[in-house]
Amino acid sequence: MTRATGTVVVVGSSIGGVRTAQALRTEGFTGRIVLLGRDADLPYDKPPLSKQLLAGSWDTDRITLLGTEAAEAAGIELRLGVGAARLDTADRRIELADGAALGYDAVVLATGAGARPSPWIAESGVHVLRSLADATALRRDLDVDGPVVVIGGGFIGAEVAATARTLGREVTVVDPLPAPIGRVIGGAVAEHFTALHHRHDVATCFGVGVEDVRGRAGDLWVRLTDGTELGAGTVVVGIGAVPDDAWLRDSGLLIDDGVVCDRHGRAEGSPDVYAVGDVARWYHPDHDEHVRVEHWTNAVEQAAVVAHNVVRPDDLRAHRPVEYVWSDQYDWRVQIVGRPGTATRHQLLGDLDGAGARGAAVYTDDSGLLRGAVTVNWPKALVICRTLMGAAATFDDAVSRLADLPARRAASTR
Amino acid sequence: MARLLADFEACQGYGNCITGAPDVYDIDDDGKVVLLRSEIDDADRPRVEEAARSCPVDALSIED
Ligand SMILES: Cc1cc2nc3c(=O)[nH]c(=O)nc-3n(C[C@H](O)[C@H](O)[C@H](O)COP(=O)(O)OP(=O)(O)OC[C@H]3O[C@@H](n4cnc5c(N)ncnc54)[C@H](O)[C@@H]3O)c2cc1C
Ligand code: SF4
Repeated sequence: MTRATGTVVVVGSSIGGVRTAQALRTEGFTGRIVLLGRDADLPYDKPPLSKQLLAGSWDTDRITLLGTEAAEAAGIELRLGVGAARLDTADRRIELADGAALGYDAVVLATGAGARPSPWIAESGVHVLRSLADATALRRDLDVDGPVVVIGGGFIGAEVAATARTLGREVTVVDPLPAPIGRVIGGAVAEHFTALHHRHDVATCFGVGVEDVRGRAGDLWVRLTDGTELGAGTVVVGIGAVPDDAWLRDSGLLIDDGVVCDRHGRAEGSPDVYAVGDVARWYHPDHDEHVRVEHWTNAVEQAAVVAHNVVRPDDLRAHRPVEYVWSDQYDWRVQIVGRPGTATRHQLLGDLDGAGARGAAVYTDDSGLLRGAVTVNWPKALVICRTLMGAAATFDDAVSRLADLPARRAASTR
Repeated sequence: MARLLADFEACQGYGNCITGAPDVYDIDDDGKVVLLRSEIDDADRPRVEEAARSCPVDALSIED
């Protein structure tokens, strides 16, 4: 049995939602597709918000995921600027914030996540970064001279610090963990990332918490738990994201830090409801647990799997990706595959120090299997490790494959 | 038959295309995408389109 007709409503108009709508057509769905988004802007992509868009090297057009013409050509009805307020799974209906309602035969939830709000309330000048509006507002403040304090030293915090530094600001990054990225890549390799901040004259206060933020834009004070007071013109709070699932509370769906789904991306107990991207907590058969992943590539890959499953319930596919995320920080392109955070041992290849860094950390545990890799300015090594991860290769195999690569990139490329 | 195109300037070496269609895309030592074929059969098109759409910088396209 295939489902090629009827109405599929996709809720959430960023990467997960857009790719689901497009993939439905690739899978041969000929019915009606409605892409519903709370944001009034044309669907746009998030990763550049802390990088090229914040730096000013890309404009809004460049991050548009689906323009009006492309949507029309693909037969995707855009319904933007209105959020979904309620899901009625019994009547297969979505109630919208403006009072209207939409019926569906299948619905794909792609509402993603929102920035965890700042627990410190100042009069103004304290930013989070998740939407285009956030990025525009932050950029405006970053254009004003004055020190910037970034609270949270994870990926987004580090990227914002790097961009603010490029814009000429004096920057300090604060995080209660001694090596913030260590959760993901282990403490030893994370030290290289702390050194990266320092090499670019960005100060770090790691291992220290924030007690309070007071004042207004241009005249803010950040008080740390060790008593230090940092003056700031602008404060950016990057302390994680929370899945946008509150609107589903009375839907009868199982919600537990995301919409709980089976391996096929179907909400538990509601076969016509699917979820993709940052909002989905699905059963990953290879990890034998439910996971929620906040990575761009996961949203894209899950969109393809779920679109297939919506159209082909007779040929269900499981979503069992190898985790992959990238981050651009200063002069480093960082790429991470697998789950280095769960490994017990790693080996460094190449070089993770200085301006010309190009290297990899390869991870394993007692099994001797390749568990993950972190690469810096070395896409070829990343692709090899990513392919090997998919093939359940050994650690030794990965190390020798990387050791065989030419040691340096050709001088002409930079 | 459909023609494969790549914007080598735009490519950032993210490698998503290679995971999706390793028979069509590869990466060189400098981290740029390599087209292993210039054309694909219509039967391969949905799969390769999916791989092209997984590029974070929209560097890949498929033309009739
Ligand atoms: C600044 C920043 C930088 C990032 N950098 C990277 C990176 O370098 N590499 C990487 O792999 N990942 C990165 N990510 C993560 C990546 O962008 C996310 O994993 C990805 O955006 C998830 O896509 P999504 O469609 O599931 O959710 P989201 O992108 O969160 O989109 C959800 C959409 O749904 C809408 N919505 C929410 N509630 C409703 C509702 N009730 N009704 C209608 N619409 C609703 C929202 O407005 C939003 O547009 C970054 C994220 C941010 C914020
Ligand atoms: S996915 Fe895009 S950026 Fe990545 S290697 Fe392929 S073409 Fe280049």
